[in-house]
Amino acid sequence: MAAVSPLSAELSGAETQGPQARGLRAGQRRRLNVFRYLVFTIFGLFFLLPLLAMVRFSLQGKKLGTWSLAAWKQIASYKGPPPLLPAIEVTLELAAITSVVMLILVVPTMIWVRLRVQWFSRVLEFLCLLPLTIPAIVLVVGWAPIYNKIERVNVSALMLFWAYVILALPYAYRALAAGLNTIDAPTLSEAARSLGASWFTVMFRIIAPNMWQAILNALLLTVALVLGEFTVAYLLTYVNLQVELFSISRNTTNAGVLFSASAATLLFGFALLLILSYVGRRLRRGRP
Amino acid sequence: MQGLSRHYGSVVALDNLDLTVHAGELIALLGPSGCGKTTTLRLLAGLEDADTGQITVGGTDITRRPANKRDMGMVFQAYSLFPHMTVRQNVAFGLRLRRVAASERDRRALEMLELVGLSTQADRYPHQISGGQQQRVALARALAIEPQVLLLDEPLSALDAKVRAQLRDQIRRIQLEVGITTLFVTHDQEEALAIADRVGVMRDGKLEQLAPPTDVYSRPATPFVAEFVGLSNRLAGTVSGGTVTVRGRDLPLVDLSIPAGPVTALVRPEAVTLASDSSGDSGPLVGTVIASTFLGATSRVTVDLGDTTILAQLSTSDATALPAGSRVALTIRPDPVLVSAADAPAVTEE
Repeated sequence: MAAVSPLSAELSGAETQGPQARGLRAGQRRRLNVFRYLVFTIFGLFFLLPLLAMVRFSLQGKKLGTWSLAAWKQIASYKGPPPLLPAIEVTLELAAITSVVMLILVVPTMIWVRLRVQWFSRVLEFLCLLPLTIPAIVLVVGWAPIYNKIERVNVSALMLFWAYVILALPYAYRALAAGLNTIDAPTLSEAARSLGASWFTVMFRIIAPNMWQAILNALLLTVALVLGEFTVAYLLTYVNLQVELFSISRNTTNAGVLFSASAATLLFGFALLLILSYVGRRLRRGRP
Repeated sequence: MQGLSRHYGSVVALDNLDLTVHAGELIALLGPSGCGKTTTLRLLAGLEDADTGQITVGGTDITRRPANKRDMGMVFQAYSLFPHMTVRQNVAFGLRLRRVAASERDRRALEMLELVGLSTQADRYPHQISGGQQQRVALARALAIEPQVLLLDEPLSALDAKVRAQLRDQIRRIQLEVGITTLFVTHDQEEALAIADRVGVMRDGKLEQLAPPTDVYSRPATPFVAEFVGLSNRLAGTVSGGTVTVRGRDLPLVDLSIPAGPVTALVRPEAVTLASDSSGDSGPLVGTVIASTFLGATSRVTVDLGDTTILAQLSTSDATALPAGSRVALTIRPDPVLVSAADAPAVTEE
């Protein structure tokens, strides 16, 4: 028993120290948690309050403090000029066209460069990120003569997609590059090639399915960019949703519809974000 | 393969290589990093193009044929299973590309998974199984398409020692069972000697020796092979009249054309035997034990000879009788030895 006693003394010593150390750590953790919640609340309010105020204003009745859906109903009935509904429609169509064109253009190019022309990847990155460094107004100066010619053939605001694909390139590139970096594309492609896969099969059945999350992220960023784009459309004298909202704010005393349409855009964006992250999770299920 | 060469800029990866693999044979290509063994495999798989030379399989020239039309099964060093497919889908992928009917595809995939002992994991995704299992699935996937040649590019190097030895033996068992012609690239000599019918030792893009494992070990063709495969003591000696004199002992030469003069003789540790020496004499073959490394049934003993040290491999029971500090007398068995130029640098294994 004599041999055991020093050990048990040590043990009891450790026990007496244990709760203190644990208590200290628990205290630190509590303080950290309080700090976290505090920061979260402050920033949450900072972002949320203006949005709530906007929604509340759009639901304002004739008298102060009353509620009404009139402003939301006006989204469909607001005749302008220019009318609101076609502007929303054209913006959603632009978002869809821009996303599709951008994906068709960028996804295969990036995979191809990664697999076959690695030396070109720096150039591609530079080209894709370039639009980020040039102010929209400068871009418009360059595009204006081209759009003058386009307008002679087609006056639809849908033609803005050419410009929007370029504007969305840096964001889409970054999102896709991040996705591509997480997989060992060269080894996967060599494995598939040795099993008999053509380059087309390698790109669309091996590499692309492993980048779904990145593709969804690129889509989301592109859609968000198109929904919020004002400068290029306004300067090229097209009417999209943002230009329309600006015009309502300038031409009418009816502020309700302005706020209801803005709130609707935001809600649409949030809904899209939720859907895409849900789809992303579904696709990821059972995978790393 | 005939006269295969490949350059990367000014670096010669493969220099006029000739290699014939017989049907059903397993050849292991062994060599240090950058010796061209992986390049050989990649040229054969069509993943890279040769600068010059010709590759024929079963009499057909496939030198200019793209990788996806070559009918080669390959297992890579890095984990290469498709992450978005289950184990079963991975194995069936090659068959799907060959438009094999779904039921037949499934049957064959399961058969291959049974061969590698993983039929119970068929519906798991690659990230849900271990590294060793992933490499076994990769092997099943490569075999499923019934390729003409199986190419293994250091498939075991990412695995831990125990799994590596198990999978190494399993690869050999399956290779013999299927009877497939196989080229196995490795930098691990133990792996190469354990499973190959013939071992090809490569250096600087050239094949130094291609022979059965026992020959490569006991009758190395060049000093490089002798030093790279197994351990060798480098002892100063003098050549004269077909023998080399090392520390007062005459040993026969492998290559009798070596001109007379000073050389470095390469003596295997197992050719050195030790006996306890109590006479207190000093001589060129008397020394002191400095360390002993236990290897299981045998032990490797380092002896200080004053001007140099020498390694001897003994049975562990003999080695334990000679603790560090013991005076020992050495005997060198008169096996034919290889010699290299007296000032040649030692080969380091990577």
